[in-house]
Amino acid sequence: MTTTDMPRKVDADSVRAVSKKRNGGSATGGLRRAIAPTTLLWVLAGLYGIPVLWFVLSSFKPAGDLFSLPLTVFPENPTVSGYKAAWASANFAQYFINTTLVCLIATILTVGVSCCTGYALAKYDNKWLKAFFLCILATTMLPAEVMLAPLFLVVRDLGFYNSLTGIILPALLTATGCFMFRQFFLTVPDELIEAARIDGAKELSIFLRIMVPLSRPIALTLAILSFQWRWNDYIWPLLMLNDPDKFTVQIGIQSLVGAQNINWSVLLGGSVISMIPLIVVFLVFQRYVMNADINAGLKD
Amino acid sequence: MTKRASDVSVSPPRSRSKYTLAPLVLIAANVVLFALFFVWPAVIGLVYSFTDYTGIGSFQFVGLDNYQKLLGDSTFYDAMTRTLLYTVLFVPLNFVLSLLIANVLVSKHAKGASVARIFFFIPWLLSPIIVGVLWRWLFGENFGLVNYLIEKVGGSAVPWQSNADLSLIVVVVAASWAWTGFSMLLFIAAIKNVPTSYYEAASLDGAGPWRQFISITLPSIAPTSFIVILLNTIHAMKEYAVFASLNSGGPGTSNNLLVQYIYQTGFKAGQIGYASAASFVLMLILMGVAVIQMMVNRRVENR
Repeated sequence: MTTTDMPRKVDADSVRAVSKKRNGGSATGGLRRAIAPTTLLWVLAGLYGIPVLWFVLSSFKPAGDLFSLPLTVFPENPTVSGYKAAWASANFAQYFINTTLVCLIATILTVGVSCCTGYALAKYDNKWLKAFFLCILATTMLPAEVMLAPLFLVVRDLGFYNSLTGIILPALLTATGCFMFRQFFLTVPDELIEAARIDGAKELSIFLRIMVPLSRPIALTLAILSFQWRWNDYIWPLLMLNDPDKFTVQIGIQSLVGAQNINWSVLLGGSVISMIPLIVVFLVFQRYVMNADINAGLKD
Repeated sequence: MTKRASDVSVSPPRSRSKYTLAPLVLIAANVVLFALFFVWPAVIGLVYSFTDYTGIGSFQFVGLDNYQKLLGDSTFYDAMTRTLLYTVLFVPLNFVLSLLIANVLVSKHAKGASVARIFFFIPWLLSPIIVGVLWRWLFGENFGLVNYLIEKVGGSAVPWQSNADLSLIVVVVAASWAWTGFSMLLFIAAIKNVPTSYYEAASLDGAGPWRQFISITLPSIAPTSFIVILLNTIHAMKEYAVFASLNSGGPGTSNNLLVQYIYQTGFKAGQIGYASAASFVLMLILMGVAVIQMMVNRRVENR
């Protein structure tokens, strides 16, 4: 941001503001107006960014330097030994594979069932569907955490204890996903379906051939959300899994925290590694989440 | 073919009730999931809450004993009051922070909003476990950056971990920090939907930004505010993972919340029946919260 650039930019902006939005005043008024909100914005952004920044910078310090005073912002001898130790210790690679597997399978299935349900709720009209819609609403009020013990018994009795299936199946029905698809399909004109019907298309092939391809942006948004939910799940996998070979990343990290003497070097490295996949996914698909009208789904 | 076509044109476009098989096929998977993982646990949970079931073997019905025992159980009371206190602190803090940030981000005058947005958004991506670890690192009593800075400016180390109330406050701040991205997204969508003509009219009448916020923005986004409060309340009532990694529900057991209590009685102590009773109390609270909020929401909308 150079000083010569600044006034011109603001100028253009305030002109736009005058013509389009709230009345802007003169160019200097626009500049003065920009100072307060911009400062506030970046102070807040700084406050939100510092914890993560400090954490990530610390993870590059060698184990011996972590607690040596005075604390330095930037590591003096940057190293990735913490990362190496974390990756080598306690099956971390295995945890990663398990978690990735759970995330991918659960995400594909979640998107699939939500798409079907959302379409049915939006485009068909009978009293059973309305009743089921209310049932789905009820699940938002009663998350799995509330029914931990009975849900555990059910999954155990179904024979899924200590298996990744036991983590995936109970997570597939999500009200958010169904609402997002329902809300999207409500905006698709009925005439499209009527036209296909007149052409003799069967109901399910209308859905598969016309509607599913149309809903790709919503599917992608839900896929990202679902991936995040499953990646970050903690208490349910903790209950379900008994065998260290099947642990997920979050359980692995919590077991480092739960140790009598926390090995911060390993913990910092492991934590940062576990953050990477999600952050990459989000930065790549940012616009699908940022612009998604998640609100629309939850509002109805 | 022609008959079918005329059929469609005669029937009013809204009547879609003649299709029953297709929608049933479409919702079948979710109906099965709903029955297996929602109805079934809810029913057996209710049944077990009247028994002394331990998870294996036989059990006996004990009537309302579990609930009576809960009423006299001081650990349960502590967990409950701590959960309510946490919720009462978390929900308003998160609400204010995310509404403030959403407004600043939407403001036409703030520069660099699209980049700054990522800063508010990244904490939301982190898992609750990582959030806990991260703030534990920041607020460690002997090694944390915060205490180091406090000592640097001449203060004395603050017992962030060994004082129960301070420890709770750290969790509240950490959770609000992490959850801002989500509430913020909802607020941004709502604020963008407010017609700009309202603001134009208001500024012609000489209303300042604060006045515009109070008189236009807040009432216009009221439905979203209710949803944010409702979702955040549910979210806060079931919080567990942040506590687990930030302070392990400590110091001691002072910050054990309801979910942790249920987890410990049900799975560590094997009292499934008793834990189910506790679950049902939590469920009743959540339902109560939802009903109250919907009533308030309806009243406000009808006004």
